[in-house]
Amino acid sequence: MKRGVARPPALRDPWWLALPLILVALAFAALFLLLPLVAVFGYAFEKGWDVFVTAIGDPDAREAIRLTVQVAAISVPANLVFGIAAAWLVTRFEFRGKGLLVSLIDLPFAVSPVIAGLVYVLLFGLHGWLGEWLAERDIHVIFALPGIVLATVFVTFPIVARELIPLMQAQGDEEEQAARTLGASGFTMFWRVTLPKIGWGLLYGVILCNARAMGEFGAVSVVSGHIRGLTNTMPLHVEILYNEYQSTAAFAVAALLALLALVTLVLKHAIGWRIARTTSDESSTEARP
Amino acid sequence: MRIFRRQALPGFGLTLGLVLSYLTLIVLLPLAALVLKSASIGPHEFWAAATSPRALAAYRVTFGSAALAGLVNLVFGTLLAWVLVRYRFPGRGFIDALVDLPFALPTAVAGITLTALYAGNGPLGRWIEAAGYKVAYTPNGIVVALVFVSLPFIVRSVQPVLESLEADVEEAAATLGAGRLTILAKVILPALWPAILAGFALAFARSIGEYGSVIFIAGNMPMVSEIAPLLIVAKLDQRDYAGAAAIAVVILAVSFAVLLAINLVQLWLVRRRSAKAVR
Amino acid sequence: MRIRLRNSWLAVLLAASTSAIAADVTLLNVSYDPTRELYRDVNAAFAAQWKQQSGDTLTIRQSHGGSGKQARSVIDGLQADVVTLALSYDIDGLHENGNLVPADWQKRLPDNSAPYTSTIVFLVRKGNPKQLKDWNDLVRDGVGVITPNPKTSGGARWNYLAAWAYARRTLGSDDAARDFVTKLYRNVPVLDTGARGATTTFVERGQGDVLLAWENEALLAVREIGKDRFEIVVPSLSILAEPPVSVVDKVVDKRGTRAVAESYLRFLYTPQGQELAAKHHYRPRDRSVAEKYAADFPALTLVTVDEAFGGWHRAHQTHFADGASFDRIYVPGR
Repeated sequence: MKRGVARPPALRDPWWLALPLILVALAFAALFLLLPLVAVFGYAFEKGWDVFVTAIGDPDAREAIRLTVQVAAISVPANLVFGIAAAWLVTRFEFRGKGLLVSLIDLPFAVSPVIAGLVYVLLFGLHGWLGEWLAERDIHVIFALPGIVLATVFVTFPIVARELIPLMQAQGDEEEQAARTLGASGFTMFWRVTLPKIGWGLLYGVILCNARAMGEFGAVSVVSGHIRGLTNTMPLHVEILYNEYQSTAAFAVAALLALLALVTLVLKHAIGWRIARTTSDESSTEARP
Repeated sequence: MRIFRRQALPGFGLTLGLVLSYLTLIVLLPLAALVLKSASIGPHEFWAAATSPRALAAYRVTFGSAALAGLVNLVFGTLLAWVLVRYRFPGRGFIDALVDLPFALPTAVAGITLTALYAGNGPLGRWIEAAGYKVAYTPNGIVVALVFVSLPFIVRSVQPVLESLEADVEEAAATLGAGRLTILAKVILPALWPAILAGFALAFARSIGEYGSVIFIAGNMPMVSEIAPLLIVAKLDQRDYAGAAAIAVVILAVSFAVLLAINLVQLWLVRRRSAKAVR
Repeated sequence: MRIRLRNSWLAVLLAASTSAIAADVTLLNVSYDPTRELYRDVNAAFAAQWKQQSGDTLTIRQSHGGSGKQARSVIDGLQADVVTLALSYDIDGLHENGNLVPADWQKRLPDNSAPYTSTIVFLVRKGNPKQLKDWNDLVRDGVGVITPNPKTSGGARWNYLAAWAYARRTLGSDDAARDFVTKLYRNVPVLDTGARGATTTFVERGQGDVLLAWENEALLAVREIGKDRFEIVVPSLSILAEPPVSVVDKVVDKRGTRAVAESYLRFLYTPQGQELAAKHHYRPRDRSVAEKYAADFPALTLVTVDEAFGGWHRAHQTHFADGASFDRIYVPGR
């Protein structure tokens, strides 16, 4: 990381070049990033704190928040386990078809959320491939919690793995090799060596995954059934309120989600800084003769 | 499968089994069901459903807006990355952190917010419409939403490459008397292009699937401002499952082709660079 | 959630063993877009009555969305005990796909199973700046008409057919009506997927000069947003909208909720239910309630889908099926 390093004087851009560039970039960032963020909170508190509190305290809103947390609590750990396994597999072993596997792991990034919802309707809908079988056993997948979790897992599938793969690639496997040579069991090696090494990167992936899981709209909208107080997640509740002439309430729930996004950004930034520091520490120790 | 390793670390079988079964259950089987469903109507009907005038118009709107949004970000996203890496100014860290906002902010929230801002009675829309333009409820609105959603992809793709540019190469060029423009054209841009292209492709792939932020602001007129994902939902709600699946397969094929292209191009660039290094 | 789920399992078990013991019962009413406020009140009133009658605690859950989309969800397995949709065509779909209701479902309750009716009116901005008085004013150049997409919204189908019925009556032929409706849709700048989305676009986002809306939706918008911003224009001719209700037989028989679901729907026909409908701006069927609220509902010429279009199946085939008259409006070059 060369972020902090001062550039040689010959390359420092003169102010008449730097200033306009900075101003244009800032204007762009203000228009497309800052303004929407400010607007969410602005509209949420337009009619004062009381309206905001009432909107959040509404039973349907509370149920939506609870469901959203529940969905994230199931799908994030599932993707966490998968992400670690995938990263371990891809960075520690060479095998044929690895390139294809990595592409397949990335695949959900390229799939429209709407399609992610559609595939589960085609599979588990009453007229889908498994619909009748499930109906006979009275198992509900779509229009119920399992379907919402599945759609969320699909959409957030690659995030943890994507964060871990480059990190573990960069770190190499010398320490794991050493642990094995010293006779550590596979589990001990993972628990005592690998996990502490990837800890921050893992947390980073989990936070991003969580933000996406709680905020997913398109995929969940297709499989939810929109039953108030039962299968409505927070983003769906935002849409409902928006369509009920309750614009302020909609933005109130939206502001909660935006707050989650902000916390995510702050944590992410803090962790990114942490990772940068640990890696530069490592490289400086290595560089010492 | 052969394993080329000095000393094999444990867990190959376990992780391979876990990854393959999870991947198959969550992603591959459902996608296979989608392809099967679209194939269940036979090639003729599939072709008719996938290339009806309304579907073609939806592809045009979707791909056109995604490309346009990608181009906007190609210019301004690269500029933003450049400014964040090369210059020090107050609020730099804040803006840097804010770049990830579109990735963390739920798309539905982005959708209603952008609509409220850009509608004719919103704080931005009022100015824009006074000047005789319209953004919300036109294809322009789709581009605005997609610019927002895909911004992080380009910035985050270009930023690390800019950071790792060797200052001494630039310095050497400067010492040899190369002007600022020459350095930009001959040293910086060649190193940056792969990252810009990869970022553009990622942004494009993300944009063509985007739904939540677009539907609120688009106006959703068939043939004019209806995006392909919305058409999929509309077909589904009319119980035209196979028609929905057919359009989904087309969209899926395009985004997968884009991702594959990035991977291939990057592979090729890495090979070329290492070949050069050997020489 | 876990507690809630356990309760509902308990309810099923109890209902199965002894119905004499008070239990928790849940119903799911899958409805179309503009009925949110109506059913919020109806559910509360009926749950109170049911508690008195049977001792059971009844929770009625709601799901709202475009009528066609809602029907599709039920066909795909959404466990609706009752459906209260925008048009009978969508409930017919429940019979045709998976036999969820019998073919003669519409004959099971009075008045074609539609406990309340409505019609299509215009909502315009205060003072009616564009002087929109009747359907023929909507095809003028420069008039922005807001209506949802009839492919996905039930209300939008009524809008479309009302315009068509007006044009055929005044212009004399289906061909002229087609040109009229095409011109009208050329004036539509935003095509939302549901009636609620369209109302929001018109009311909150300030798009267009006139909203084609359910009468109840228009009255609600005026009441909620204020008389100083909007007014209602009643056209010379409109359509009699009969939003039907039905029990979903396959679901209630499996869940054992037929009795409560049926009395829930019958409650809509009682004076109390009719009163609630009228309060939420639906035209009540009950004579005496209708007389009481007569001032709210101006008299106008109403045509029915059966008379004017030969029933919903015919109307769907000619107008809303893929490649039918609505799709042809958007074929370029016309």
